[in-house]
Amino acid sequence: MPWDERYEAVIGLEIHAQLLTETKAFCGCSTKFGDSPNANVCPVCLGLPGVLPVPNRTMVEFAIRMGLATDCTIAPRSLFARKNYFYPDLPKGYQISQYEEPICTGGAITIRLPNGAQKRIGITRIHMEEDAGKSIHDRGNDTLVDLNRCGVPLIEIVSEPDMRSPREAYLFMTAIRQRVTYLGICDGNLEEGSLRCDANVSVRRVGDTAFGTKTEVKNLNSFRFVEKALEYEVNRQIGLLESGRRVVQETLLWDADREVCVPMRSKEEAHDYRYFPDPDLAPVLVDADWIARVKSELPEMPERRRDRYVRDFQLPEYDAEVLTTERPVAEYFDAVVGAMKSRTTETRKLASNWVMGDVLRVANEQHVTVSDIPVAPERLAAMIDLVIDGTISGKIAKEVFDIMMTDPDAPASIVRKRGLVQVSDTSAIEQVIDAILRSHAPQVEQYRAGKQQVFGFFVGETMKAMKGKANPAVVNEILRRKLAS
Amino acid sequence: MPVSVRDVEQVARLAKLEFSPEEKERLTYQLNTILEYMDQLNRLDTSNVEPLSHVTDTGNAFREDVRRPGLSTDEALQNAPDRTEEFFRVPKVIGDRNE
Repeated sequence: MPWDERYEAVIGLEIHAQLLTETKAFCGCSTKFGDSPNANVCPVCLGLPGVLPVPNRTMVEFAIRMGLATDCTIAPRSLFARKNYFYPDLPKGYQISQYEEPICTGGAITIRLPNGAQKRIGITRIHMEEDAGKSIHDRGNDTLVDLNRCGVPLIEIVSEPDMRSPREAYLFMTAIRQRVTYLGICDGNLEEGSLRCDANVSVRRVGDTAFGTKTEVKNLNSFRFVEKALEYEVNRQIGLLESGRRVVQETLLWDADREVCVPMRSKEEAHDYRYFPDPDLAPVLVDADWIARVKSELPEMPERRRDRYVRDFQLPEYDAEVLTTERPVAEYFDAVVGAMKSRTTETRKLASNWVMGDVLRVANEQHVTVSDIPVAPERLAAMIDLVIDGTISGKIAKEVFDIMMTDPDAPASIVRKRGLVQVSDTSAIEQVIDAILRSHAPQVEQYRAGKQQVFGFFVGETMKAMKGKANPAVVNEILRRKLAS
Repeated sequence: MPVSVRDVEQVARLAKLEFSPEEKERLTYQLNTILEYMDQLNRLDTSNVEPLSHVTDTGNAFREDVRRPGLSTDEALQNAPDRTEEFFRVPKVIGDRNE
């Protein structure tokens, strides 16, 4: 819903990304999602007395990776802190987090706005923390607690209040998701809660420089909700101001069923977390060597890849965008191009069409990532080679691709054993065309009387008669010659 | 007295503790004594001293990301005041946190 244009929104996001480690942040319990309740717990994550948490090196490494991929400064020394609050899903009575000295500060990422312009969104900080367990409220009068998730490592990415519309917030969240999945540090799975988002929202008159009173909207756990919930909240705040009332600083929960933001029933004490450095955990020291190594191991990030496809491969912007949205797709495409015999602007565009078309279609239909479809990139490349060298037509190629889904044979032998080789032999095609022209005298008359579109009809008839195997260029040429005479 | 009975009640609420009026009085006195001592320390000029978070100067005590066996569900739940087969059971909680 568009809002009163005299106002603008000011939005900052806090995104929690669950890290793809094998084990929890401070103990060796499994992080696997979906295991039976309270199966992945130990004295450390249960907060039993006398235990000592020990940080997972991979968690730290993943945080550094994200920091480098978002142009953050990596702190040479950062601290874990205790965030104190009582809730049954947090048996220690505090969450281990980072407060005054987080591992990453002062970065940014660039989003592409719908009008094509780029916008830089600042990243205030990225810090490491542990997740809480899960409370289940809907069974009977009690609350049931599962602590499998308690202690699973997260990074929290805090943005600057740089977004001016719910759309920009959505684009930022999409960009974060793309980055964490490219980096292999988070699976980006929203249904399983691998990415969770809270937003700080305020509105102000366009032209004002001071911020309005903000509210915090929680529970934005789906990309669809982000925009909707923020639009709702922006409109609500503008409505308040327009009717002479004021915005009250409060925390709201997005209710996805009713599509409204409702104030959270919170007690006054809720925001007194009494942070202090955790004496159980030594400072995290990151030296230049560690940073250099992580940097050297970073994958090619989406925008660099996109630029490479446009600059080096001369692919259209649109293709480059689609191919780089997800890392497996980009890697599949790179593998296809790498395995093709002929690598020109035209053949790369042909490969792009195949990946954006049939490959993505099949992956969607089968609900798998492209790396798991039955046609490996090398086989697709071999098939495209056959199109390029004229062995099969583009039309037959579609058929060959479908066969390759179930037949693991090499494309060349599929083409051979099924007799799909393209006919470029002029005399064979001529014979067929002669017969067609003979049996369609009225259409020939029409064409010669100036009805050009009948030409397509003859091409179609010829292809049909030759089961699609005729070389289209040859067919066109012969038809043109015969019809002209 | 920097700490009032109301402060004690607030801290007690945060820590989910309950005290009798006499205990509150006593704790108010004790907390003030402790804070008075802190005030004494505050008289030192520490403007050129880095804040100390840890008394040892170690860093990077990491573990590798390798699974280690934990407790069985039954062991994990055995100290719980109330439980089901697989869950901790607690009185209904709503509000405080985003769930």
